[in-house]
Amino acid sequence: MTEPLLSVRDLRVTFPTRQGEFQAVRGIDFDLGRERLGVVGESGSGKSMTGRAILGLVRPPGRVEAARMELEGQSILNLPDRQMRAIRGGRISMVMQDPKFSLNPVMTVGQQIIEAYRLHARAPRAAARDKALQMLEAVQIRDPERVMDSYPHQVSGGMGQRIMIAMMLAPDPQILIADEPTSALDVSVRTEVLHIMDRLVRDRGMGLIFISHDLNLVAQFCDRVLIMYAGRVVETLPARDLHRAQHPYTRGLLNSLPRLDAPVARLPVLERQDSWKEN
Amino acid sequence: MLSVADLTVWFGQEPDRVTAVHGATFDLAQGESFGLVGESGSGKSTILRAIAGLIPGWSGRITVDGRDQRADRRDRAFFRTVQMVFQDPYASLHPRHSVDAVLAETLRLQGMDRIDQRIVKLLDDVGLGRGFRFRYPHQLSGGQRQRVAIARALAAEPRLLLLDEPTSALDVSVQAEILNLLADLRDEHGLTYLMVSHDLSVIAHMCDRLAVMQRGRIVEILPAANLRAGQGAQPYTTHLIEASAGYRPEARP
Repeated sequence: MTEPLLSVRDLRVTFPTRQGEFQAVRGIDFDLGRERLGVVGESGSGKSMTGRAILGLVRPPGRVEAARMELEGQSILNLPDRQMRAIRGGRISMVMQDPKFSLNPVMTVGQQIIEAYRLHARAPRAAARDKALQMLEAVQIRDPERVMDSYPHQVSGGMGQRIMIAMMLAPDPQILIADEPTSALDVSVRTEVLHIMDRLVRDRGMGLIFISHDLNLVAQFCDRVLIMYAGRVVETLPARDLHRAQHPYTRGLLNSLPRLDAPVARLPVLERQDSWKEN
Repeated sequence: MLSVADLTVWFGQEPDRVTAVHGATFDLAQGESFGLVGESGSGKSTILRAIAGLIPGWSGRITVDGRDQRADRRDRAFFRTVQMVFQDPYASLHPRHSVDAVLAETLRLQGMDRIDQRIVKLLDDVGLGRGFRFRYPHQLSGGQRQRVAIARALAAEPRLLLLDEPTSALDVSVQAEILNLLADLRDEHGLTYLMVSHDLSVIAHMCDRLAVMQRGRIVEILPAANLRAGQGAQPYTTHLIEASAGYRPEARP
């Protein structure tokens, strides 16, 4: 790996509650290079909050603290809104889980992509339109002219997610954070969307943070995996070695999945231990 | 236990009528678990909802326990035989009714006696215990809510459960607990399951046989063992099995 695109040390996200402070992310470290980094964990493990913290999307009274959070050596921790807006969408982009909720229902697809692109590229409208068409082609949408003039409710889930990816990648970001980008999609569409992301990561040398609850998918799709539990990283390992994971939590998660190739009468149930919450 | 013959289900009126299921036919023996798999829009959940009487527009024949069902309504005897568990435990429980109120109401509707004892028994059956009796849904995790939904379905002492993606909203470790619970309940109460899922490995784990659906039609019916072995008679089944096996990088020039 070359010099990291993103370097994070001791990242913490804290929310005040009536019962005192709650830390959703409790001191995690990682570096992201030009690679596909998977972040897996169950609901509430802090994986999505990590992605949001990097993009400065944690709203007050939530707090983000870190010893270091650098994009190519430049600190992006708690930047003023104005500076963060230039980075968010421009240099670091995010694709969310469900295109139904992330596309504006009353704007055409084309208007949305053009708006997103012009915000960062300051290109004339005609050039932005060309770019939008080109991006829709890059995510393998047939007949991009027609899709440009469609509204989000007129496209399928898989196409919506490809449109989101096209929109997020138009300004040529260095890092893409994908938060469960394929969970709302059918399996056959999922493969297509993953192929597109894979190709874009390789061809453009982007860094990808792939947040998912699906261990098998991450093992097959990513280069490296962080496993999160209760706001901490419990294990980091090369994706191809995921099935040889050591940590009992990772093992428990893997074992609790029913498998087509290995029938069992009863599924092993994960026994959680308090010690996993410690370092 | 359940027989579905030439079931066609539609939504809306002509000229905007959309047919969601075309001529589905299958049978479930007493004690059998049968799965319906397919991608979104294939009609698998629509079949369940039509059986449960939640969709008025259908033709064909639905026979439960030897009794033909009418198109427009279901009688009390039907709901004592058939109950349904829905996908999203966050949406299927009333946010302002306690667990006790949910179960008591169902038991009263079914004309049950000894409601107090039955509630305690139901909570024990689904592994929650009486400590959960007076809690509200927001005080429960997703897995605990799904247990309450299962307890509610069991309150009528049904013999056939319609399970609509019962674990797809849950984490994998919680999914394992709920699938084990469903398997235990099936053994204890001699239940018959008709289960819908998009997850082939969940269906293979729970069911004896399954129907593969595509665009409203049953493509084929096969034993779970064939699914495990990757032996579908139809190309679509094989395609679905391959796609479910996970991600394969595309060949690069």
